[in-house]
Amino acid sequence: MNYVPNTVDELRDMLRALGAETMEDLLGAIPAEVRLQRSLDLPPALSEPALKRHLGALAAKNLNLDTAVSFLGAGSYDRVVPSVVAHLAKRSEFLTSYTPYQPEVSQGMLQATYEFQTMVCQITGMPVANASLYDGATAVVEAALMAVGPGGRGEVLISRGVDPQYRATLATYAHTRGFTMREIALDNGATSTRDLEKQITPETKAVIVQQPNFFGVVEDMRACEAITHTTKALFVAAVSEPASLAVLAPPGEYNADIVAAEGASLGNPIGYGGPALGLFATKADLLKRMPGRLVGETVDDRGQRGFVLTLQAREQQIRREKATSNICTNQALLAVFATVYLAALGRAGFREMGVQCVQRAHYAYDQVRAIPGVTPIFDRPFFDEFAVTLPRPVAEVNRALAKQGIIGGYDLGRDYPELGANAALFCVTEARTRDDIDQLTSVLKEAVL
Amino acid sequence: MSTESLIFEMGAPGRRAATLFDMDVPETPLTDLLPADALRATEAPLPEVSEIEIVRHYTHLAQRNFSVDSGFYPLGSCTMKYNPKVNEDMASLPGFARLHPLQDDATAQGAIELAYHLEQILAEIAGMARVTVQPSAGAHGEITGLMVIKAYHASRNEVHRNIVLIPDGAHGTNPASATLADYETVELRSDARGGVDLDHLREVLNENVAALMMTNPNTLGVFDENIVEIARMVHAAGGQIYYDGANANAIMGLARPGDMGFDVVHFNLHKTCSTPHGGGGPGAGPIGVAAHLVPFLPGPLPARDADGTYRWADAGPQSIGRVRANNGNFLVLVRAYTYLRFHGAAGVRQVSENAILNANYVMHALKDRYTLPFDRTCMHEFVFSANRQKAHGVTATDIGKRLLDFGIHAPTVYFPLIVSEALMIEPTETETRETLDNFIQVMRQIADEAENDPETVQHAPHTTTVGRLDQTLAARKPRLRWSPGDAPRTSEKSVPVGASR
Repeated sequence: MNYVPNTVDELRDMLRALGAETMEDLLGAIPAEVRLQRSLDLPPALSEPALKRHLGALAAKNLNLDTAVSFLGAGSYDRVVPSVVAHLAKRSEFLTSYTPYQPEVSQGMLQATYEFQTMVCQITGMPVANASLYDGATAVVEAALMAVGPGGRGEVLISRGVDPQYRATLATYAHTRGFTMREIALDNGATSTRDLEKQITPETKAVIVQQPNFFGVVEDMRACEAITHTTKALFVAAVSEPASLAVLAPPGEYNADIVAAEGASLGNPIGYGGPALGLFATKADLLKRMPGRLVGETVDDRGQRGFVLTLQAREQQIRREKATSNICTNQALLAVFATVYLAALGRAGFREMGVQCVQRAHYAYDQVRAIPGVTPIFDRPFFDEFAVTLPRPVAEVNRALAKQGIIGGYDLGRDYPELGANAALFCVTEARTRDDIDQLTSVLKEAVL
Repeated sequence: MSTESLIFEMGAPGRRAATLFDMDVPETPLTDLLPADALRATEAPLPEVSEIEIVRHYTHLAQRNFSVDSGFYPLGSCTMKYNPKVNEDMASLPGFARLHPLQDDATAQGAIELAYHLEQILAEIAGMARVTVQPSAGAHGEITGLMVIKAYHASRNEVHRNIVLIPDGAHGTNPASATLADYETVELRSDARGGVDLDHLREVLNENVAALMMTNPNTLGVFDENIVEIARMVHAAGGQIYYDGANANAIMGLARPGDMGFDVVHFNLHKTCSTPHGGGGPGAGPIGVAAHLVPFLPGPLPARDADGTYRWADAGPQSIGRVRANNGNFLVLVRAYTYLRFHGAAGVRQVSENAILNANYVMHALKDRYTLPFDRTCMHEFVFSANRQKAHGVTATDIGKRLLDFGIHAPTVYFPLIVSEALMIEPTETETRETLDNFIQVMRQIADEAENDPETVQHAPHTTTVGRLDQTLAARKPRLRWSPGDAPRTSEKSVPVGASR
């Protein structure tokens, strides 16, 4: 019936051992006035086979990326994930363990996390990375909070090219914490360095720019960094498409102070957007202000190499109200997925994956913009996403595409009304073949007529 | 050899595992497509390893990790219950695992329907008006709940309320979340029975109090009998009362936070609802709120239209806004929904009753050997003090480490902070009586050892792949990533006398 092994006889014997007659005798501490005097009103229990039918039916109502061909990105990316990743990362020793507070019996998780921290450093070019945060949006929030400091005020500048969901999340926290958040305007789809120069002040604590930005446009991070560092503000590189790190200069190369990224697409199921994987890396001199868990290398009392959670004096379980962040549960298992994925791709495979994104997206761009009535919105270099204006509203076009098993581009009108109702953002990763792209082109031609 | 090399120390130049699609589109030199100074100069120095090396390496790492599937895990406050396999199968269905978060609602009806019904189930269990599944973990639920409370006070022009009261036994996330929400924290004393000290509460309650955060049962595993009076007092002062749901495994079907007077509740689905902890995450921390706080919930929220269509509805004008990207830790929600649908009302009550029974059974059988600072019937967990063992030089840490030798995970140690040498034990309902009896026998043996052979306990563990690790070295000279040519580390401590090999 359920996962409770106690039989009726055992229950009786165990109660007797306690000197109790019935369960009620153990519940006396709950005052009668708050005891629930009825059964909970919940849907009826289902046996395991009935449960599988029920969940299977719910799942079948959804159009999924195994059956549809998707050109939707906008922060969540469909990747080629080798079979080896889930087989290893889902091993129950990783899956069903707790935070590794007892290192003697948790070396597996600790070492995998240490490898993860190393790989995040390798792909971002930063010296230190933590063991994960919730997602890209909250990683951006943590970056801003770290820059503003405990009890701090001041202002944070964030480019309008940063993922709209990240900006919305930051606005929520900024309001609560009482710091100012201002947007840096865009110029032809890229962060306006002129507007950044105009807005930056001695009170600016952080400047946040996304690379590539929400439109897939490759930003001039070196120029933004240079302006930012004319003040004491921290320069934060946000990354929502981690494949870009295989091809574009890593943030460590352009002197970013913090990298706040979404790493879920590195080997994890896309999963309707959650759980996701916040990546967070920074410079060595900012380590003590960094949020989140850290694993470090040490030795045991037998002289062997081993790994432990370290620098916990930054964290809530030690510092309580003085902690750098309130984060406790993080995304450890997703970090293991990412670690196995990055090992499986390896040095050459990761590079090839990023290059394929660029090549396939540019092939698609050439095909799509050749369709009569379709025009590119920005004249800027891009990574694996591009914005175009369609001759008809995006929602209408997407409905027509869905009938042909294609998930169309993101409707930019929701977040960028200045682009109108016909602006769509198409994404083409390494997981889209030429056939997929040609299918999109031919169906799109019909759909925009 | 009981250490495992790092992945970076394996392989050979040119080795790789994964294959991608063959390139089937025309290729253009990258420098024709992207500005030269925006390009990466050198490849990311990731490992170069074959698939078999990867498989053996991560299999070895998994084998070096204790888990619920390997053995008993009585880690207090963490609810390390069995994680049903069917949950994993359901979360892996392509109709859930392969959904894009931004696809049209019309193409994700089953997913939104699941979130909608999960919210209703959780609202009924908690006795709250409305639940949101957005928060990613318990601490994320806490900050979300505090932001909701803050917005509520602001809507009543009571922005001066800047204090959050937190009992001295609270989880560390509570004060950390309060700080994050820009509140000052005031610590509340516990009384002689382990509950909130009502006199101290009366003393600190005033017009500046925004909220009281508490767990019930609290971290001592004790149900606060004064909860109705506490809620009445806080409300009379104009404050709100927040329920930290870390201990909700004790109350399902027995009592509801909403009926106790709480205004906000968070759930830890990775505790109460059996979704796996994954070595530290992911979790999910849905919050439920009373009717007066519903307008302030973050969005979007799942809605069901009159024609039976589901959609994500934007939150209203008073909403605090977004607290993360997309719509919560959806695949965790699928697991929790599976668990709750499996159990139904009678099942979840049976879960809580047996969690309470198992905890009392273990506590009763050991309290003659370990000090029980608050000797009352407990709920789903209880806290011993190792003071008696400390007299022989054996600490709570030592006892936890010694348990590892018997294939049992250590309890939570040194928490709550109000009990010295604390050992916090939560057996959960999914353990057999044989497992509990074995734990009892081992704990009695360790109590004997503490008196007769303290060194064995002090130098434990003896059977694990590594011994006690040098935490000081790790923190003083942090090495947080592998680098080529890293020299082996050496402890600055002398090897303790009697350390086992």
